[in-house]
Amino acid sequence: MKDVREAMMVGRNTAGKLVRRPLSPFMLGTAYKPQMSSMTSITHRITGIALGGGTVLLTLWLVCAATSDKAFSMIQAFLASWLGILILIGFTAALFYHFCNGLRHLAWDTGRGFDLPTMHRTGWIVIGATVILTVGFWIVGFLVW
Amino acid sequence: MDKTKVPALDIMRSELGRARGLGAAKTGVPHWWGQRVTAIALLPLSLYFVASVLILAGASREAMIAYMHEPWNAVLFLCLIAALFYHLSLGMQVVIEDYVNNEGWRLGSITVIKGGCVFLALACAVSVLKLAF
Repeated sequence: MKDVREAMMVGRNTAGKLVRRPLSPFMLGTAYKPQMSSMTSITHRITGIALGGGTVLLTLWLVCAATSDKAFSMIQAFLASWLGILILIGFTAALFYHFCNGLRHLAWDTGRGFDLPTMHRTGWIVIGATVILTVGFWIVGFLVW
Repeated sequence: MDKTKVPALDIMRSELGRARGLGAAKTGVPHWWGQRVTAIALLPLSLYFVASVLILAGASREAMIAYMHEPWNAVLFLCLIAALFYHLSLGMQVVIEDYVNNEGWRLGSITVIKGGCVFLALACAVSVLKLAF
């Protein structure tokens, strides 16, 4: 033990053997199979972090627009390149997922939808809505472009 | 009153936790509410942002300036920027607190992330204002 707090991290397994208790990211380790609850949860985090990265792109876009014609044409050209489009597709998919699953979280905050059949149903609705909204956005996007 | 009973205090924290001075930092409730309120604000604001992006897809700089010149667009973008970066800094803080166990790294990374959010938010807001005026 390096730290006194580790005294609280020791438990016994079903065989009675002393073991270290697992730390927080253990829902995705060997102890659990992938489930709707854990997968939609970690995807909410991953898309949140990805959107955080996306804000850098949003900042660049706005700063370039405010700076000069040259800077703005550079960022617009990058966003219209195949790499830019790929990043933007990922960004919109992450945004729509985080939006839909965020609604699910807000419903949970009011105490609704915790039973397993509802949780599975809303999980599939979120996944379906993300696909539909992302594809819809890009169809409209390419039409208005 | 039964005199043989020892008066007991209902303290839910462990003795070790009390000794170490750990426990609630008294900022949990504002954090929780801040996350929810900005989440609700971002529901219409992010839909507005998606619509703006579609309107401004492949737009010239003149079109971009004309768009931000409209007061409502500038105001809505500023609202979006405020809610977005506040929501982001709260969310990133939770992720770091969950996964970074080393105290030094945790403190350092939260400081960098929060500072970065303020920096990006200001860069966005100043750019919107410059386009608007």
